[in-house]
Amino acid sequence: MIGTIDQLNEKTAACTKCLDEKITGSDGKRHIVLCGGTGCLSSHSDKIKEKFDEVLAAKGLADKATVNIVGCFGFCSQGPFVKIYPEDTLYRLVKIEDVEEIVDVDIAGGQVVERLLYVDPATKEKVSKQDEINFYKKQRRIALHGCGVINPEDINEALGMGAFEGLKKALSMTRQEVIDEVMKSGLRGRGGGGFPAGRKWQFAYNVKADQKYVVCNGDEGDPGAFMDRSILEGNPLAVIEGMMIAGYAFGASEGYFYVRAEYPIAVKRLRLAISQAREAGLLGENILGTGFNFNCHIRLGAGAFVCGEETALLNSIEGKRGMPRPRPPFPAVKGLWGKPTCVNNVETLACVPYILRNGADEFASVGTERSKGTKVFALGGKVNNVGLVEVPMGTTLRELIYDIGGGIPNGKKFKAIQTGGPSGGCLTEEYLDEPIDFDNLVAKGSMMGSGGAIVMDEDNCMVDVAKFYMEFICDESCGKCTPCRIGTKRMLEILTRITEGKGTMKDLDELEELSQTVKNNSLCALGQTSANPITSTLTHFRDEYIAHIVDKKCPAHVCKNLMQYVIDPDKCIGCGMCAKNCPASCITRTDYIAPKHKLASMAIDASKCVKCGSCMSSCKFKAISKV
Amino acid sequence: MAKLSENAAKMIAEICDRYKDEKTPLMMILSDIQNEYGYIPLEVQELVSAKTGISVAEIYGVVTFYSFFSLEPKGKYIIGCCLGTACYVKGAQQVIDKFSEILKIKPGQTTEDGLFTLDALRCIGACGIAPAVSISGQVHPKVSPDQVAGIIEEIRQKEGMSA
Amino acid sequence: MSLVNIKIEGVPYQVEAGLTILEAAKACGYEIPSLCTFNHGECNQGSCRVCLVEATGARGLVASCVYPVAEGMEIKISSPKAVEARRRSVELLLSNHNVNCQQCLKNGNCELLHVAQMTGAREGAYQGSHSETYLDELAPGLVRDTSKCILCGRCIARCQNAHGLGILGFENRGFKTFVSPAENRSFANSPCIQCGQCVSVCPTGALMEKSEIGKIDEAFRQGKHVVVQAAPAVRASLGEEFGYPIGTPVTGKMIAALRRLGFERVYDVNFGADLTIMEEGTELLHRLTEGGVLPMITSCSPGWVNYAEFNYGDLLPHLSSCKSPHQMQGAIIKSYWAQQMGYDPKDVFVVSVMPCVAKKGEKEREQEKVNGIPDVDAVITTRELGRMIRRGGIMFNRLPDEEWDQDIMGDYTGAGVIFGVTGGVMEAALRTVYFKLTGKEKESITFEEVRGHDAGIREAAIDINGTVVKVAIASGMKSASVLLDEIRAGKSEYQFIEIMGCPGGCINGGGQSYVRPCFLPNESDDILDTYKEKRAKALYTEDERQVIRQSHNNPQIIELYEKFLGEPNSHKAHELLHTSYAARERFA
Ligand SMILES: Cc1cc2nc3c(=O)[nH]c(=O)nc-3n(C[C@H](O)[C@H](O)[C@H](O)COP(=O)(O)O)c2cc1C
Ligand code: SF4
Ligand code: SF4
Ligand code: SF4
Ligand code: SF4
Ligand code: SF4
Ligand code: SF4
Ligand code: SF4
Ligand code: SF4
Ligand code: FES
Ligand code: FES
Ligand code: FES
Repeated sequence: MIGTIDQLNEKTAACTKCLDEKITGSDGKRHIVLCGGTGCLSSHSDKIKEKFDEVLAAKGLADKATVNIVGCFGFCSQGPFVKIYPEDTLYRLVKIEDVEEIVDVDIAGGQVVERLLYVDPATKEKVSKQDEINFYKKQRRIALHGCGVINPEDINEALGMGAFEGLKKALSMTRQEVIDEVMKSGLRGRGGGGFPAGRKWQFAYNVKADQKYVVCNGDEGDPGAFMDRSILEGNPLAVIEGMMIAGYAFGASEGYFYVRAEYPIAVKRLRLAISQAREAGLLGENILGTGFNFNCHIRLGAGAFVCGEETALLNSIEGKRGMPRPRPPFPAVKGLWGKPTCVNNVETLACVPYILRNGADEFASVGTERSKGTKVFALGGKVNNVGLVEVPMGTTLRELIYDIGGGIPNGKKFKAIQTGGPSGGCLTEEYLDEPIDFDNLVAKGSMMGSGGAIVMDEDNCMVDVAKFYMEFICDESCGKCTPCRIGTKRMLEILTRITEGKGTMKDLDELEELSQTVKNNSLCALGQTSANPITSTLTHFRDEYIAHIVDKKCPAHVCKNLMQYVIDPDKCIGCGMCAKNCPASCITRTDYIAPKHKLASMAIDASKCVKCGSCMSSCKFKAISKV
Repeated sequence: MAKLSENAAKMIAEICDRYKDEKTPLMMILSDIQNEYGYIPLEVQELVSAKTGISVAEIYGVVTFYSFFSLEPKGKYIIGCCLGTACYVKGAQQVIDKFSEILKIKPGQTTEDGLFTLDALRCIGACGIAPAVSISGQVHPKVSPDQVAGIIEEIRQKEGMSA
Repeated sequence: MSLVNIKIEGVPYQVEAGLTILEAAKACGYEIPSLCTFNHGECNQGSCRVCLVEATGARGLVASCVYPVAEGMEIKISSPKAVEARRRSVELLLSNHNVNCQQCLKNGNCELLHVAQMTGAREGAYQGSHSETYLDELAPGLVRDTSKCILCGRCIARCQNAHGLGILGFENRGFKTFVSPAENRSFANSPCIQCGQCVSVCPTGALMEKSEIGKIDEAFRQGKHVVVQAAPAVRASLGEEFGYPIGTPVTGKMIAALRRLGFERVYDVNFGADLTIMEEGTELLHRLTEGGVLPMITSCSPGWVNYAEFNYGDLLPHLSSCKSPHQMQGAIIKSYWAQQMGYDPKDVFVVSVMPCVAKKGEKEREQEKVNGIPDVDAVITTRELGRMIRRGGIMFNRLPDEEWDQDIMGDYTGAGVIFGVTGGVMEAALRTVYFKLTGKEKESITFEEVRGHDAGIREAAIDINGTVVKVAIASGMKSASVLLDEIRAGKSEYQFIEIMGCPGGCINGGGQSYVRPCFLPNESDDILDTYKEKRAKALYTEDERQVIRQSHNNPQIIELYEKFLGEPNSHKAHELLHTSYAARERFA
């Protein structure tokens, strides 16, 4: 039981020592940690851990080394990761078969297993320590504090990383002081809107009510973003603590986590963290002897993107269809069950303990004029280093894509980066040196959103991308209001027409008009921002639209109706693999034998081809191309 | 209308009782029913209605709003192909097309033998390992179309239903 | 009441604080188009987006139906931006709407068409596929055609508010959303009580009563003896179809119109109401004195009967076994009258003009037939009668006042008239019960304590010569369920309960004229609050004007018993005038 401040101090000191020992090896042991995030678990990091335990025991090394799970390292595309303290050696893409070797060579032999080290794609050099990998160099971890370091299933490790120090500090201040501190830090909502967290709390604080609620938005619907998942999986207590500080600040004693049902591991760890905190007396009545009471509940989403919108989320918690409510009244005045409620994003709340612990100035010293602190991005798509990166606000897109992301794979040309998910827009080459912050991205026609950053290369068709997002929005529109329900459908229909080669130039005007209508008339931000992918691609890639409409060509060879697979008869050696794999049986032999080849080349009957691409991927001689 | 078996009715009632102390627990009740009973047909909704006092139409409206809730039984293995942005730009469409082709069902449908349901998902938060496919909760990383046949065959063999 | 200063198009006004922009503008004399908002926020989705205006203090356009006014707010209704936005919302709605106004029975009362005209929506401005649609024509009285639904949600709110039933809901989401009973069932296969309250608020042709005008045409074509009977509440609303202020009784013109439509007899259902009181009053006295099941509950509202059969199957013995007035009268027409006329009952075709949608189903119940012959053959609503009159080219407003046919059931009493309003059956019954218990008439004939015109419960303890009769009245199933739960729990103190399906009773029936402020420029602003009272008043006034105001004093009723039925509750009366009930499964 940690019932008083003194008891917390004592416990923290002990836990810090423990964690230090592990990282510095001062206990004379080696410490093996494995990533236990969703990405690495999917490559069986749990089984690898078991294998370590097994092998260590078998070799009589069980007392020489410990094995533990930690949260996501961020660099998920290179997972599963195994890290060994105190040397800080990082192995990647580890398989069960590698365990034996790691134990023999590294744990027992004190050598590094060279072949499992990360290789810099540019320099081809092997890098043995995490901090030396380019992917990590420009990062700064505030929201991801503790992720990849502590065992998320053990409250003691979190305490060792300073958990509840922020709350302790907050409880020593008045409520208004806490709000002022957060206001001063310049923390803006990470869930998409960028609304100052302190201002929101102030609104709720100003309303008199017998009951108020904090809601943590963990719905993370933006496809391509997974920072909230990683935080909840990697350091759930940080979010719980942030929620408690918020609750203290504006007077809420109940908190609700709304987490996507797609995140079972996050939910499990969050549950565990709540019960451990409750057992330790850090949640419940009279916390740390200060008279502050706080309880947490978890609610699961059920597969509706719109439930990330805060009023829809509230309806969902209330057991209703997730349809947004008109505002005003704002949730801070009338929210969950009609009571003042602040909805904050996972990452926002994860930053709060840091601000209290280290002071608003420290936080505000990072970032740009109007966007303080860091932002976690989920860098994905056509970029070498795919994963989660936390960078100071103001980092440029170029740094993000090239320094951290390692550039575009396969020597392809960068085309655009899409930020802000389905509500965001595409930014092109010319914007690469723009610093990333809330207002600048909006000014340039995109938005921060929750931090999805998807890189596209020359193989991506921007009309297809716009259609992809519109399909998503159309599927996910709640259907409540006219402009979004019907307008997005109409826009999708036009985009479909264009990608099928049936578009007209008039369609472009109609798209623009519809975009305006849906933006101006919709009830919630889902509809209001739904046309952004269209508007931004129309601005930057109008020529691609025109190519589809006028030339009936898809320049990136993506839109099936506007492209064809062809076999170059001179490259084709006639092996027949393509024909074997063709589901439409539309590849037949010609009577042309290319010089130096023995067999006649093959040809595709375009009228029967279903454009599945099997032939192209099965041709080892690169004789098939898209035109 | 089909009547619920006594056992099923008991199970549903038990799930409803689980959340007696929670405010507005409909979503939690339905999630548990979906997970434990497998689907949420009208007769189950009637029981939930009787237990919670919420009208059947409203419950039905909630069930049909959220894509996780199903009115029909799902396959033993639910293959969820992520079609989120990160996966899409990495070729997830071809992966789901392949599943569709081999299983001969469209997304949202279940195979006749009741073994597989194919679902198109929107981002399962495993974007770092795109394209991701979740099969009954187990996430498969970086799936390419040519792996699909193998994945299906492996399950079929495990079930002794090898083609 | 605090006031705030606002400007609309630069013109200053003072309005009540807390109003929405839409309400405030209305108070200042502006009509902003609206569809999804209804009746002081009874439905307030903010979803149709046809009410957008510009307002200072808000980012972009605001939905005036949900956005509150604030001090100093400047509102622009006519700015090009607002005008265009509203027009486009409507155009989008129309692009997913089965527009065929000529054939649509809602034309003339359609708010969508009205709003389309107001905003200048361009035909075919947007084009594309339509959502999958469903047509439900299975129920006897209701038709749901989702191809005309705009998802305003009013019907859902009304069913919930009036009855706590929540029969209707939004199903699916996005472009696939539609409104229906659970599982997209028909009204006929769900526990819908067929009251038509949802119909009465639907702004479009998506929910309509099922028209039976065609059946009447067919009967005439076949040369049947077509007799019409009109319910009391109809006279309080029919005038609205022809532009009369709400609450104008148009009994005389209605009779004249019915006669001009060619009906062989034009009767008042009030006669049937008097008959009901004789039967029901006798039944009550019997239960009171012989120890029958108490409290006894009225049974003349088929909406309520449906509700009871679905939800309170265990309480059915509490219902009076009396048929509803028009069914009783239909049975008498096909027996007594047909006999007198020398007609074969099979050649007699009885049409009831009703404020009610549920009566369409009631007439088809097996329990409402005598020797396989239905008491009533067609039921049309007040609105349908309006349609028939217009179709017949009858200039209603210029008609002289005429009288009911007098031959055998022309006499009626004030007691019958007030059947049309909540508390009316109770009062009518009490007048007769008082007489039966005391042997004399009550000095002041009225029972003010049971009167009302709205949903909600009223109760009274009536001292009749030392016998205290405790009574309660409820309308709308939400109120009714309170009384019913008391009975179920064995805690009910009442001997007699009146329950009406529709909130306020038949004056607010699902078949009455639509009350739509946008089509009633001459009614006061608060018409949605006052129309029930106004219609009720029309009935109470007619009651006051009657010389005979107690059912048992109706000479033709006395004659009917003497010549044909014998006693109230006699064997013959039971055969013709009483019915039975059976519990029903909700989702059969
Ligand atoms: C369609 C839609 C989806 C959203 N999804 C999320 C989400 O998944 N997670 C989130 O935190 N915020 C989401 N938001 C933003 C929330 O409505 C809300 O602004 C946010 O949770 C507030 O927290 P913050 O101030 O800490 O950012 C979404 C908004 C919209 C309109
Ligand atoms: S904008 Fe779209 S998601 Fe938002 S309320 Fe309207 S229909 Fe629903
Ligand atoms: S794309 Fe597919 S269908 Fe077309 S030729 Fe190649 S394998 Fe055959
Ligand atoms: S696989 Fe390539 S080389 Fe072989 S037949 Fe086909 S096109 Fe020619
Ligand atoms: S509902 Fe209205 S707009 Fe639609 S067809 Fe009927 S009259 Fe025309
Ligand atoms: S309004 Fe125009 S379209 Fe309609 S009937 Fe008259 S002339 Fe014809
Ligand atoms: S008819 Fe009455 S009970 Fe049936 S859905 Fe409409 S309002 Fe509800
Ligand atoms: S049926 Fe009528 S009232 Fe109901 S939502 Fe549709 S348009 Fe509105
Ligand atoms: S109250 Fe009147 S109108 Fe309503 S259901 Fe009953 S009888 Fe019909
Ligand atoms: S899940 Fe292991 S690095 Fe992200
Ligand atoms: S986009 Fe597929 S897991 Fe995120
Ligand atoms: S009337 Fe205002 S949004 Fe529908």
